[in-house]
Amino acid sequence: MATVSLEKLVKRYGALEVVHGIDLEVADREFIALVGPSGCGKSTTLRMIAGLEPVSGGNLKIGGRIVNDLPPRARNLAMVFQSYALYPHMTVRENMGFSLKIAGQKPEEIAPQVEEAAKTLDLTHLLDRRPSQLSGGQRQRVAMGRAIVRNPDVFLFDEPLSNLDAKLRTQMRVEIKKLHAKVQSTVIYVTHDQVEAMTLADRIVIMRDGYIEQVGTPEDVFQRPQSKFVAGFIGSPPMNLKDAEVVDGQLVFTNGDRLPLPARFKDRVTAGQKVTFGLRPDDLYPAGHGIHSGEDADVHKQDLRVILTEPLGNETLVFSDFAGAEWVGRMLNPRRLSPGETLPFCFDLSQAHLFDRESGRTLRG
Amino acid sequence: MKGWRPPAPFLLLLPAILVLAAVVIIPLILSLYSSFTPFRLTQPASLFTLIGFRNYVRILTDIEFWTAFGRTVLLLTVALNVEMLLGLGLAMLVEKATRGQRLLRTIMMFPMMFSPILVGFQFKFIFNDNIGLVNNALQSLGLTDQAIPWLIDGSLAFFAILVAEIWSSTSVFAILILAGLLAMPKEPIEAARVDGCTPWQTFRYVTWPFIMPFAYIAMTIRSLDVARAYDIVKIMTDGGPAKRTELLWTLVSRTAYADARMGLANAMAYVAILLSILFTVYFYRKLAAARTQIAAEW
Ligand SMILES: Nc1ncnc2c1ncn2[C@@H]1O[C@H](COP(=O)(O)OP(=O)(O)O)[C@@H](O)[C@H]1O
Ligand SMILES: [Mg+2]
Repeated sequence: MATVSLEKLVKRYGALEVVHGIDLEVADREFIALVGPSGCGKSTTLRMIAGLEPVSGGNLKIGGRIVNDLPPRARNLAMVFQSYALYPHMTVRENMGFSLKIAGQKPEEIAPQVEEAAKTLDLTHLLDRRPSQLSGGQRQRVAMGRAIVRNPDVFLFDEPLSNLDAKLRTQMRVEIKKLHAKVQSTVIYVTHDQVEAMTLADRIVIMRDGYIEQVGTPEDVFQRPQSKFVAGFIGSPPMNLKDAEVVDGQLVFTNGDRLPLPARFKDRVTAGQKVTFGLRPDDLYPAGHGIHSGEDADVHKQDLRVILTEPLGNETLVFSDFAGAEWVGRMLNPRRLSPGETLPFCFDLSQAHLFDRESGRTLRG
Repeated sequence: MKGWRPPAPFLLLLPAILVLAAVVIIPLILSLYSSFTPFRLTQPASLFTLIGFRNYVRILTDIEFWTAFGRTVLLLTVALNVEMLLGLGLAMLVEKATRGQRLLRTIMMFPMMFSPILVGFQFKFIFNDNIGLVNNALQSLGLTDQAIPWLIDGSLAFFAILVAEIWSSTSVFAILILAGLLAMPKEPIEAARVDGCTPWQTFRYVTWPFIMPFAYIAMTIRSLDVARAYDIVKIMTDGGPAKRTELLWTLVSRTAYADARMGLANAMAYVAILLSILFTVYFYRKLAAARTQIAAEW
């Protein structure tokens, strides 16, 4: 049980700075997900917290204590690695009990703890196998078991599910969520998969190029993205983001097509301002096939030509042609559409986003 | 023409079989046969007198043979252990090097490139009691004012030979263990650090089990080498002084060529080969066990 604080945390490899003084407060028992594209510094940050990489600047505190110069063994954390990092020469039982053995516990003290964790993770029948005799999903569970047995202050996960197939990944995601509810430890979870981050985390930290772009609850980052980057990163399929210019209270796209300026941005833009307009697929739908967005709906109707459809069963993704680009919309209660067909679409502008094109920051208050 | 034709695989293998027979099998059988005769180079006719196991009985009751045998085993044991420790140390140092690692690896192999004869001469000079480097250094440093008879005193000479052996072959261990270290996945080591291991515990419980098979490969190779140790000893002391550094193979060669007793020498050689095989089998078993342990895929 512990808080984790990063204060102006910097990581440099030689002259190359890869983490640029980030600040983050992780509350006790909180589940925090670090997301961001590959190479943005998630693992580096996690490894600094673990003590596997020295901190180049700033402070790292665990439970209020500065741990910058403490070796990993003095930090009481457990880490689950992407590659599982099991000890190949030890059985599952030995793998899981290893940290306790190192801590000086007696075999008869270790055994019940290992068995308890094995039961939680449904590993009991595998305890005497070696890692090489296990499937990917089983190895993953052993890696988690090894972490649980330690009963650490903080759990660190570095893309623990990315080597599993889609089905297993969904299963393990649920397992991890249950596990956190049960063990009530602080968790810092690195992933590049926004679905994992959204479903698991109390708060999401979105990183980009060694900076923190936004910190917030899943609802926050989905509904109130602070920047174009976050808007495009969170959500699947991603938000439609198109460049436009403010002219006569309207948005004029690069090819001259126009949309009305969403009502709540009226006072926030100046004429001639270069902006990026953002609309989630959920808010662009063929008339009569959308999510009803209530009284304050600010719906703009427009005929669009369908380029392509992706039927998903309960809904269909519709790619249509507007403003010289391809826009993706979501059609609920779908009917068959054929490419080339033109039909009326609704733009729910009450849900639209506007970003300053230069800074990429949101223009909402 | 009809008749029996040898099967094609046999025909295709025939050249290889012939060559092998000529250079390996026939000499092997011939020497085995001669170990049952009182064959002397000076009396060719003696090759055709069979005396059963008399040569074997003779060497197995010969104190001189057993002394050489024991000394060989001692050399083997000490040399392999020291080489292993030094090689491990070297490999771990080189693995830590972030720059110039390729250069270091190449330098590490230098001793292997020298012919053992040259190594023998080199160390004969280094340990020479008058003009040798060691004595000069010791005297200049004021550690002693006498000339230490490195190659003349029995135990000192044995020590000098050990040093030469170790110098020339530690790199076998270093290279193989380094290969193991480089092939080793880094995550288990990091996992061990997070799991609470000190550097020593990380080595003891994670690194060492992984590189053990590589050490056993080196052991297997080197046990064959040392059990055949001849060149370095021949040059440095030639088994002397007064046979106090006599090893199996110097004894065999002396018996065969100086004493011209070929039959007896061949019998000794077969016993010596048996020793090599024993060591090799022993290490090979260890290797196989260690490999299953880490679930190696090679
Ligand atoms: N040992 C290293 N030496 C130099 N650069 C590194 C090292 N490790 C990572 N980097 C760089 O740091 C950046 C962040 O890497 P990383 O934290 O692994 O990203 P990710 O978010 O994908 O986990 C990358 O640009 C990577 O190239
Ligand atoms: Mg990573």
